[in-house]
Amino acid sequence: MSKFILTESKLEPAKAVFDLTLPSGDGWMREIKRGQTFRIVDLDGNQAVDTLFYNAHDFSDRYSAQDTIREQGGIYLTTGTKLISSDGNVLATIVADTCGRHDTLGGACAAESNQVRYAIEKRWMHSCRDTFMLAISRWGRGVTKCDITHNINFFMNVPVTREGGLSFEDGVSAGGRYVELRADMNLICLISNCPQLNNPCNAYNPTPVRLLIWD
Amino acid sequence: MNDEKCLFEEIVRGGGMWSFVLRRHLTLRVTDIDGGANVGLMAYNADQPLDRLNLPDTLKAQYTAKLTRGYVLMSDMGHALLSIVADTVGWHDPLCGHGNAAMAKKKYGEAGYQEKRNDWHRNAHDDFLIELGKYGLGKRDLVANANFFSRVDVDVEGRMHFHPDNSKAGDSIDLRAELNVLVVLNTCQHPLDPNPKYAPKPVKLAIVQTPPPGPDDFCRNFRKENQRCFILTERLFLGA
Repeated sequence: MSKFILTESKLEPAKAVFDLTLPSGDGWMREIKRGQTFRIVDLDGNQAVDTLFYNAHDFSDRYSAQDTIREQGGIYLTTGTKLISSDGNVLATIVADTCGRHDTLGGACAAESNQVRYAIEKRWMHSCRDTFMLAISRWGRGVTKCDITHNINFFMNVPVTREGGLSFEDGVSAGGRYVELRADMNLICLISNCPQLNNPCNAYNPTPVRLLIWD
Repeated sequence: MNDEKCLFEEIVRGGGMWSFVLRRHLTLRVTDIDGGANVGLMAYNADQPLDRLNLPDTLKAQYTAKLTRGYVLMSDMGHALLSIVADTVGWHDPLCGHGNAAMAKKKYGEAGYQEKRNDWHRNAHDDFLIELGKYGLGKRDLVANANFFSRVDVDVEGRMHFHPDNSKAGDSIDLRAELNVLVVLNTCQHPLDPNPKYAPKPVKLAIVQTPPPGPDDFCRNFRKENQRCFILTERLFLGA
């Protein structure tokens, strides 16, 4: 097991220009301006926060999990990680992280992938992709399913072995841990606060997260 | 296999690209002619292209960070697109994505069409866009791609390691379509290939008639997840 390097932030919540508690199972979509700092707090621990970023001026230029991990030469996201877009631009940089490791291989849960993973009869259960669908439908402006690509799972622990195995392990996060990003361009951020009830990674108990933005 | 018949063969030169609608239950056999090839591949349900390859779903359903025989490339709608029914290599990379023009220029220098004609430097990103465009698909339809014949493994710290000698001359992989699949591929070098020279390798493609997967099919039964994925896929063709 590798050691995590944890980096704290000096920003004070009282000075944030935006402060919202997002319940589990809810979505959130909002512009974050270049130079602003964005923090996600795992309030109760081991929550998964499924997150996508887009260039605010061009939705076809968006977060790319493969470009991000390849360009940094490692599969886990933490302080110093630059989130790379499909056009090769830096969308944002992780500037603080008191969790130490975040996943970008596991993607989002969906009604249909839950059927494959757990049981054909599980289609009715709430999922991140359904949250994304509703959020982009409300957002409008031509954003469609093809824009829902491969996301980040903040606070989720998905280790890969040397032999090529992939597993979903107990979270490495805990109540109050957070990750903080600096926007390197004007961004649209889309979040699903994961409602998954089939996976032990959140102890079958999805919980709220706090979202803060500083100028 | 006794029931198979090769319908046609085609060579894709290094740096080249190809796309094809592979009818359900036909098999695409890709052969590394010289060794060291890389095939970047994206796949879509040809009948409804919004139903498309989703590597995160593929990897998490099968608990893997590599691809080989038995694994199924799955769509974001829970459908089986391509089953890996045969593989002489043992490890194909689903993690590293593909390079673009800026990366190719930085790594290999400039070699434009005006000077080099058809020996110019191609790059995987542009190759994908060219082929996708032929079906009305574009930048927003790019998905995470697989890199066949290439191996990148991950150490305990999460660092990625490219293996230069993964695929040998004559190695091949068989991909069987489980629905009508739009396959888009190119033969540009793997983005982590340390070779400083532009030297993409050719592959041979063969479209092979193969029997549909029976109840005892290896890929269908590789995992419970795959069985359920086949059930959802076969529902698309009920009444057909």
